[in-house]
Amino acid sequence: MMQFSDYIFYFFSSILILASLKVITANNPVYSALSLVLAFFSAAGIWLLLHAEFLAIALVLVYVGAVMVLFLFVVMMLDINLESLKKGFWSYFPFAILIAGVFIVEIYLVVSDKFFLESQIESFGTSKSNTHSIGNILYTDYLLPFQIAAVILLVAIISAIALTMFGHKSHKAIDPKDQIKVKRNDRIRIVKMKSEKR
Amino acid sequence: MPVTLSHYLLLAGILFAISILGIFLNRKNIILILMAIELMLLAVNINFIAFSYYLGDLAGQIFVFFILTVAAAESAIGLAIIILIFRNYKSINVADLNRLKQ
Repeated sequence: MMQFSDYIFYFFSSILILASLKVITANNPVYSALSLVLAFFSAAGIWLLLHAEFLAIALVLVYVGAVMVLFLFVVMMLDINLESLKKGFWSYFPFAILIAGVFIVEIYLVVSDKFFLESQIESFGTSKSNTHSIGNILYTDYLLPFQIAAVILLVAIISAIALTMFGHKSHKAIDPKDQIKVKRNDRIRIVKMKSEKR
Repeated sequence: MPVTLSHYLLLAGILFAISILGIFLNRKNIILILMAIELMLLAVNINFIAFSYYLGDLAGQIFVFFILTVAAAESAIGLAIIILIFRNYKSINVADLNRLKQ
């Protein structure tokens, strides 16, 4: 007996699979990035079905709002030669589809077994919201990993800035060190030549 | 067919296989490879959240929270590296990145 939420699951998962197929086959990376946005939205819908409201909203805000905008920035900023990137696109296709097919068949054989539970064994407790209960354990049991995650984000900020800032000159200021070392002969050159006649 | 845990796991498996296919097909385009890695992380996160729901344990959702954090950091650094590669090579083709071979 199918419930309404089952139809929602099939709807969102079909959109998710179609969007991810579009991500890997699109001709233009901009279309890939936009399809990835659609895939993240559908995944957020599936997470809502699984009562992970906080993470679903975090996925939309962090991924669609920040990471994918960053992707779109980079894709649009770089002047990409699409023809050379698309050359030989289908040459490994038979091998790749073989590996992907074997992977899916293996996963199906494992997870379709009755070994996996049929229904939910216990609920989270409905008295508190999902965000409330996540916060309750995130700031107590998982306090140290939470702070390490904050440090990881800080390291990512510093390294991303350091990678892109150093190593190229975007300004015309002269380095004082080079300026002090300048000798007379670096700046003027005396040329001996005959004076011309009037 | 009513949805059970197996459906979510199979969905995550299909998504993971699609991203493997994407890495094979787009093996010359670094940006597409990075996007396929993001899809793989999404598949893993779906697994975690499905198990978290069906086992009634919030630890899975906490784990997804940390995976999201690390994935955001990873994509930020990855995109910075892609910009550096493009600045130095004027291309993002993986086949052009053979300076160590020469």
